[in-house]
Amino acid sequence: MTIRPVPPDPNHNYTNSALRTGDVDPYPQRQVGEFIGTVVANKWVNKEYKHVILKVHPHALKAYAGQMFHLLCPSPDGAEVWMRRPMSVYRVDKDAGHIEFLYKCEGRGTRGMAMLEPGDDFNVTGPLGHGFVLEPSWRNVVVLGRGVGLATLAPLSQLAAENKIGVTAILSARHPDVVMSRDLFEGLGAKTMTVLDSDGTSAVDNVEKILEGLIAHGKADAFFTCGSNRLLKLMQRLGKKHNIPGQVAMEQIMVCGFGACYVCMRTFEVDGQRLLRRVCRDGPVFNLQEAVGW
Amino acid sequence: MVDLSVKIGAITLQNPVQPASGAFSWEYNDVIDLNRLGALVAKTICREPRLGNPTPRMAETEAGIIQSIGLPGKGIDYFIEHIVPEYAKFKPPLVVSCSSESIEDFAALAEELSVPDVDVIEANISCPTRNATGGNFAMHENYTRDCITAMRARTKKPLWVKLSPNAGDIVSIAKAAEDAGADALVIANTFLSLKIRTDNFRPALGNKFGGLVSPALKPIVLRMVYQVAKQVKIPIIGIGGVTKAEDVVEYMLAGASAVGIGYAGFRNPTALITIIDDLEAWCDERGIKKVTELIGAVKDQDMETDTLAAASVGI
Repeated sequence: MTIRPVPPDPNHNYTNSALRTGDVDPYPQRQVGEFIGTVVANKWVNKEYKHVILKVHPHALKAYAGQMFHLLCPSPDGAEVWMRRPMSVYRVDKDAGHIEFLYKCEGRGTRGMAMLEPGDDFNVTGPLGHGFVLEPSWRNVVVLGRGVGLATLAPLSQLAAENKIGVTAILSARHPDVVMSRDLFEGLGAKTMTVLDSDGTSAVDNVEKILEGLIAHGKADAFFTCGSNRLLKLMQRLGKKHNIPGQVAMEQIMVCGFGACYVCMRTFEVDGQRLLRRVCRDGPVFNLQEAVGW
Repeated sequence: MVDLSVKIGAITLQNPVQPASGAFSWEYNDVIDLNRLGALVAKTICREPRLGNPTPRMAETEAGIIQSIGLPGKGIDYFIEHIVPEYAKFKPPLVVSCSSESIEDFAALAEELSVPDVDVIEANISCPTRNATGGNFAMHENYTRDCITAMRARTKKPLWVKLSPNAGDIVSIAKAAEDAGADALVIANTFLSLKIRTDNFRPALGNKFGGLVSPALKPIVLRMVYQVAKQVKIPIIGIGGVTKAEDVVEYMLAGASAVGIGYAGFRNPTALITIIDDLEAWCDERGIKKVTELIGAVKDQDMETDTLAAASVGI
């Protein structure tokens, strides 16, 4: 006989381990869970990125923009993938019971993830950390991201739409084939602009002109960024100049995801003093002006 | 009903499964019920506030992860005032791991950590990236004896000593710790390791060396636990590569009274709870009423071997 925190109900499958979709959660009040999701779809969106949709236990649907899950990726080769991979949630579809991730197939973890087929199990832990926060007083915000950072920023458009806040999203990419999340932003009413390396529009001075234009037209009550050190520095500079608050989502090699191991440290500067913070628990979303960059 | 409780000296654990120091904090309460654990083991605390080592602090290798964290923390005063109360909210006994670079300070830490909500002091004299004369005292029998003697004189709390797998003769070091007054031995810390990146020719960790954390450690540490258990009378907590209930059984058969778990809790946050449930089921299925029946129960006296082919097996 095993000890259970809730009296067992023969009609339900109680478990203290990872929760499958039909399991009863013995600890519904807990913030985080370990879940075994079922892959609904895992398709290429372009040559480098894939989009995976998971059916998960309802507990996992508490996730909001900027929060992460820690993914136990299958191995793409004969060796083991030892650690989970942290990834911010791309979309939470509460009606369908889905969480979604948009990812670049680059390292061993994401290459293993790319092999998942519909119907496969996929173990995810989360939601972890603090996500983006929108102030009720904001009317229009600017989202500036690059590469896979746009996947982190995309769910902000959902959050903003729910709070009736207008979004201008500047999407930076190497070339038109890898512009990410445009449809998701636009589908939720965001105005999007694409800047590219291939035509030179992604250069910092050009992005600065775009941002200055938005500020001049009252479209920038707050800044949000992810995925580029150059763009972080630019938003910090303009944020300081025009007194615009901002938030940045950071990433770092991560082990536990709960704040216990102190592996995922980044440097921040607060009141002139440098300090280290844990991306997993103190973030992954931080005050834009406090981030030192990488 | 299986009795999973075990005694480590004067302390009774409700089951033999506890987290390993450094791989755990009260923050795991976000995902598991900490009241189910055998003990709570806080991250190693030092006297001074420490930022820890440069990043990256972890790298994956073919056979596990290597990590070098650098014992970050806000120092002993903050720890006693703010962190101990976080653990005191839960029922299992609190084991506080501590480290220093000097024997005198280790002894002072033992005294200062002897506060009511601390149940056990774990002397982490085996941090693999400290040197043998500067805190990694478990590399040497005499340093171990001196350090534990000094700590023993300053505290009445149960004193557990965490040994190093990097030392040449762990049995002599274990006996030195026992002679000096240790109440239990924790075997073992991580294995000193190195990874070099082939893309930029640089060490993969910011601190260059790190400790290997992996299920691959289990047979090696199990051998150490077996060898030490034959030579000491105090209880042993085995740490290294436990990922499932059968691994706990194996450590107990080798002579451990309990196990510590690091990696498995990183891979599956619910792993410790699953292992406790599975251990109970494992004993139940075999009619084992008390888990303590397993301690040292390895059958190594009447081995049927082909004497011509048998090689020396050491102790």
